[in-house]
Amino acid sequence: MTVEDLLEKQTEETERQAALENRILCCTAAGCVSCGADGIRGAIAGEIKAQGREGKVEVCGTGCMGLCSQGPLVLSAADRKLYGNVTAADAAALVSPNPIDRQALAPREIDLGAPFFIKQTKIVLANSGRVDPERLDDYIAAGGYQALAKALNEMTPKETVEAVRKSGLRGRGGAGYPTGLKWELVAKQAAPVKYVVCNADEGDPGAFMDRSVLEGDPHRVLEGMAIAGYAVGAQQGYIYVRGEYGLAIQRLQTAIKQAEREHLLGSRILEQGFQFRIDLRIGAGAFVCGEETALIASIEGKRGQPRQRPPYPPESGLWGAPTLINNVETFANIPAIVEKGAEWFSAIGTANSKGTKVFALAGKIVNTGLIEVPMGATLREILFEIGGGIPSGKFKAAQTGGPSGGCIPEQFLDVPVDYESLARIGSIMGSGGLIVMDETSCMVDVARFFMEFCMEESCGKCIPCRTGTVQMYDILRRMTTGEADEDDLAMLKGLSELLRETSLCGLGQTAPNPVVSTLKYFAGEYEAHIRDHRCPAGHCGLEAKEATR
Amino acid sequence: MSVKTLEIDGKMVTGMAGETIFSVAWEHGIHIPRLCHIGGISDVGACRLCMVEVEGQRKLQAACLTQIEEGMVVRTDTPRLKAHRKLIVELLMAERNHICAVCVANGACELQELARSMGIDHVRLRYRFPVFPVDTSNERFGMDHNRCVLCTRCVRVCDEVEGAHTWDVFGRGAGSRIISDLGEPWGASESCTGCGKCVQVCPTGALFDKGKTVAEMRKDRGFLKYIVTAREKKQWIG
Ligand SMILES: Cc1cc2nc3c(=O)[nH]c(=O)nc-3n(C[C@H](O)[C@H](O)[C@H](O)COP(=O)(O)O)c2cc1C
Ligand code: SF4
Ligand code: SF4
Ligand code: FES
Repeated sequence: MTVEDLLEKQTEETERQAALENRILCCTAAGCVSCGADGIRGAIAGEIKAQGREGKVEVCGTGCMGLCSQGPLVLSAADRKLYGNVTAADAAALVSPNPIDRQALAPREIDLGAPFFIKQTKIVLANSGRVDPERLDDYIAAGGYQALAKALNEMTPKETVEAVRKSGLRGRGGAGYPTGLKWELVAKQAAPVKYVVCNADEGDPGAFMDRSVLEGDPHRVLEGMAIAGYAVGAQQGYIYVRGEYGLAIQRLQTAIKQAEREHLLGSRILEQGFQFRIDLRIGAGAFVCGEETALIASIEGKRGQPRQRPPYPPESGLWGAPTLINNVETFANIPAIVEKGAEWFSAIGTANSKGTKVFALAGKIVNTGLIEVPMGATLREILFEIGGGIPSGKFKAAQTGGPSGGCIPEQFLDVPVDYESLARIGSIMGSGGLIVMDETSCMVDVARFFMEFCMEESCGKCIPCRTGTVQMYDILRRMTTGEADEDDLAMLKGLSELLRETSLCGLGQTAPNPVVSTLKYFAGEYEAHIRDHRCPAGHCGLEAKEATR
Repeated sequence: MSVKTLEIDGKMVTGMAGETIFSVAWEHGIHIPRLCHIGGISDVGACRLCMVEVEGQRKLQAACLTQIEEGMVVRTDTPRLKAHRKLIVELLMAERNHICAVCVANGACELQELARSMGIDHVRLRYRFPVFPVDTSNERFGMDHNRCVLCTRCVRVCDEVEGAHTWDVFGRGAGSRIISDLGEPWGASESCTGCGKCVQVCPTGALFDKGKTVAEMRKDRGFLKYIVTAREKKQWIG
């Protein structure tokens, strides 16, 4: 495919879609599938046949539409109407050309003008829920691969790196390292072989941002990686995706095959003399394999264990070659940056945090699901406007950053969500998990939960993390059962400092974060557990245990 | 090769470019505590006992893996570092079943010596008392997992010096365990040459000579000096 072919294909597919009376898009991401989306899609296809509407109405599956709590979701493209809690029985009305039939759907309609939708800014998720992730033509119709064409045609590799640097994009995998600087480090290495690696290990409990992007818009990630390959001088890319993500793996495989067939990946990309292959590597479900040096070891076929940095991967990564590692969401931002320019991107967000961030809203919140907001939005906006508030009415804390993050209490609801502000209040941006807690959540138990996770996921290489997490977990567990004392609390603090300062990798270094932040903002709860054997949230059931003692 | 000058604990010292803080410090009589490091094999930075403060660096650095730089100012023995090291040794003591009174290595154990030098007379943490096996299937040696600190010296010496790669780490976290070959008993290992290097480098009584009783095991690491000299001076002398 040449650049002309690409544009032609876009026109062709756009016209084809416009000629249809309607396209019915069914969300077939994990959330909606778990409540029957596949059956609904089948029923709609059946109705299209039954009503003789082939060629006029088309049904296709899409990635996550965001409002998971109201799934299964179906979007009627022609009149831009979104329906929630759809059942197979609604299929006939959805397909019918008769407006009266469609009236029956009114109770299912979701207001697209609601804050949940209009308060979001979509870059990474722009196509998610809009395109069929299994059809390359859908992505091309949405302008896909034109950023790659632009980079190859109009920009030198150096200019491409410069555009990313100027955009202010920072890594979305957790640490927030400036992406442009990382690209520059790899680009300036004079090595014959370099690699681009996409980190799709997504191991935080409850996180599904990267998974949604891969399932909903896989070509965007491939395009971002190809642009990266061109910019830093690599011809081979790997996507390290966790084995549990079966659908994402399947969609990626399909997408890679499609793109290679059309010379959008592989050899002679867009007939421009640039080649870039992408292969998948499947992880075996260890959280620590998301850490970049462990990930590299794992791709090399070794035990997935971190090693000391430096050297950092841009100098010595995969098989010792300069290696660029970025997160899925980071790569997914690239096509838009190249296409619309660094200035456009850097106009979104705050002074030091540009663009948007995808969050997986979970816990005690009305609208659970997947959202994308501009950096700098406040927690209050995210939780109470987009999220629709707390069902029980009483907010207690928001947890960001998963096992490496912290709990944010009510007094910080108006802090803008960006890298620096979150760090200042003892949490981190993290990869995008956002768990909301109300009065019934016990903060000691929350800390215990995350410590248990770190203990189970510690690779065991370094002593502070391997056995420090065991001791910390034991202390926290005994707190929740009313068996801990003041000495334990002091030891918990001592261990927190030890792990932070001496652990080899980020897992151990950040494992104490949930403990430290809950100790800071909810010290009273710890004291109640220790001194009075009482759980203020009524979660740990300590009073009952006391009574039977 | 260029010479670098730096300051360690207030003392001006010099070393060659490429040398680590750890080895330059030791050469100058500053003995930074360590468990996973042993001269002659590669370093992995696993025990974290050698962490030092480097001026201008926000984070503590593992001395065994950090190369010296001109003008570096290093502190190896601050109260903060001492507190961390003490807690690391206590964590190890509580992790498995280190009962010195019945150990072959009593009196010649690096873990025991670390605890002694830090004045650890009791452990502030709860003992875990895990159940770990003892492998006595090898004709000449034994492996008591209860005394293993997972320093991986045995793994590295076997791989890098003997070239057999009999040992490796199995499992993860606190459940990690050293295994021979693919988990076979040591005695059934096809790759083991029976050289005993692992036994000699093991810092504790985890790997031991059979037939030795309490406090009889002494480790001979002379062979590593040959390796280091051979590598650095290209001569096969001790
Ligand atoms: C324990 C641990 C787990 C991690 N897991 C992930 C992960 O699942 N996905 C990810 O993108 N980054 C993860 N990271 C961060 C990576 O090491 C690395 O910083 C990131 O992939 C760089 O990409 P970015 O600059 O685009 O964020 C993890 C880090 C640590 C310490
Ligand atoms: S901090 Fe934990 S996960 Fe990281 S190297 Fe140490 S033991 Fe392994
Ligand atoms: S057996 Fe000895 S040398 Fe091997 S890891 Fe255990 S303590 Fe270290
Ligand atoms: S001696 Fe440096 S980490 Fe063990």
